[in-house]
Amino acid sequence: MSATAVGFGDSRAARFWNATIGKKIVMAASGAVLFLFVVAHLLGNLQVFLGAEHFNAYARLLRVEPALLWAARLGLLTMVVLHVWASFQLLLLNKMEARPVGYVKKKNIGSSYASRTMYWSGPIIAAFVIYHLMQFTLGIGGTPFEEGKAYENLVAGFQVIPISIFYLIAMAMLMTHLFHGVWSAFQTLGVNHPRYTPMLRTLAKLIAIALFLGFASIPVGVMTGIVHT
Amino acid sequence: MNLTLHIWRQKNASSPGKMVRYEVKDVNPEMSVLEMLDVLNEELTLKGEDPVTFEHDCREGICGCCGFMINGVAHGPQAATTTCQLTMRHFKDGDELFLEPWRAKAFPIVKDLMVDRSALDRIIAAGGYVSAPTGSPQDANAILIAKENADLAMDAAACIGCGACVAACPNAAAALFTGAKISHLGLLPQGQPERVERALNMVAQLTVEGFGSCTNIGECEAVCPKQIHIEVISRMNADFRAASRKSRKEPYQDPSEFRRWSFGLKS
Repeated sequence: MSATAVGFGDSRAARFWNATIGKKIVMAASGAVLFLFVVAHLLGNLQVFLGAEHFNAYARLLRVEPALLWAARLGLLTMVVLHVWASFQLLLLNKMEARPVGYVKKKNIGSSYASRTMYWSGPIIAAFVIYHLMQFTLGIGGTPFEEGKAYENLVAGFQVIPISIFYLIAMAMLMTHLFHGVWSAFQTLGVNHPRYTPMLRTLAKLIAIALFLGFASIPVGVMTGIVHT
Repeated sequence: MNLTLHIWRQKNASSPGKMVRYEVKDVNPEMSVLEMLDVLNEELTLKGEDPVTFEHDCREGICGCCGFMINGVAHGPQAATTTCQLTMRHFKDGDELFLEPWRAKAFPIVKDLMVDRSALDRIIAAGGYVSAPTGSPQDANAILIAKENADLAMDAAACIGCGACVAACPNAAAALFTGAKISHLGLLPQGQPERVERALNMVAQLTVEGFGSCTNIGECEAVCPKQIHIEVISRMNADFRAASRKSRKEPYQDPSEFRRWSFGLKS
């Protein structure tokens, strides 16, 4: 019950970060950037259905200018670090401190399953991203890998059924994360209107489902032989 | 009707509590939950046992004193109803009811089902006020207020500060309460002079009191007896964001001041 329970720094940024809403705004903004990346990533990857030549050309295009590539990578990494760091601090506050004695009986009557499991879907997505980079960027994912042959690496990777299933599960988690995350980011940034918010919540679900179907189509395409070398 | 109650019994904030089972016979369906507990307490007193402590005052759903968890739902199963207004006809013969206090670090237990909600008072003290001009009264219509804003402010002002939103929130956040207070003042012209400082100070107080953070899931609005909408939380977020940018004061008010004031350590 100490009055100085929070270490309020003197700087404006420290005070913003120390307020729970400040951290949530950082999460909303970084989440928005990551969401836009996910949409762009899907649009790029769907070119796998255009054939090996086209897809490998796209993969080379992304690496034409190393400075730009690294700027994008560092930018995304910064967003991931901010998103995870803020959520981890809030997790400690919410689950470890804010309610020391739990309920004997507690019913959820107003929240969706997706919204209550953000702390599960998030880490699963993070674990997936790490493996995904190991597999297709670093080439240490345990599947055949050859630098510069993105299409062949992808097909060989997804021919391993357990890996494809892990991808599908991770994409389902991304879908539930976005079910809540997309509209919640607007709410956190202070945008809520009785006319537009219900539409936004429906739109968020539709986008999340579309992203899931889009991403799932790639491993499913390989497993069913539609995408092959 | 006959009911089985499981009630959280705890002597004071520092001693451990536990659920205790009670049988209540011949419950009149027209009684409120609190009246049912009054009957139980009379029996307990006659038997020489310690009666169950619970907070109550107006018993007409407008003061915000009463409230506890009934089968895991703040204020019980009936929407838009405080515990005192919840009648026993909503339950069936043979039902088992679990009664627990609001649980949050910021709401220390006083005894049994009663918690200390003065953390909410300190959030109000941190910024939930307007500067009122003294002197002769103004003409009533001198300040124009759009009807829509007056209605929205009134909806937010319906908050009675019962703490059900904190109790229902999986993070024990007081976002709906604070959002309602910030909205009800921020929507009116009289609330504009302090609007920037209000958002910063009330939000800072939330952290000092040990409330969790909002995850926008909506459990709070589902249990709110005054049906306050989570739109007020987004309004608070918008005010906080704008205030963080605009404020020229450096540093902001020290939120711990209100703790000292509340505990009588500050004159």
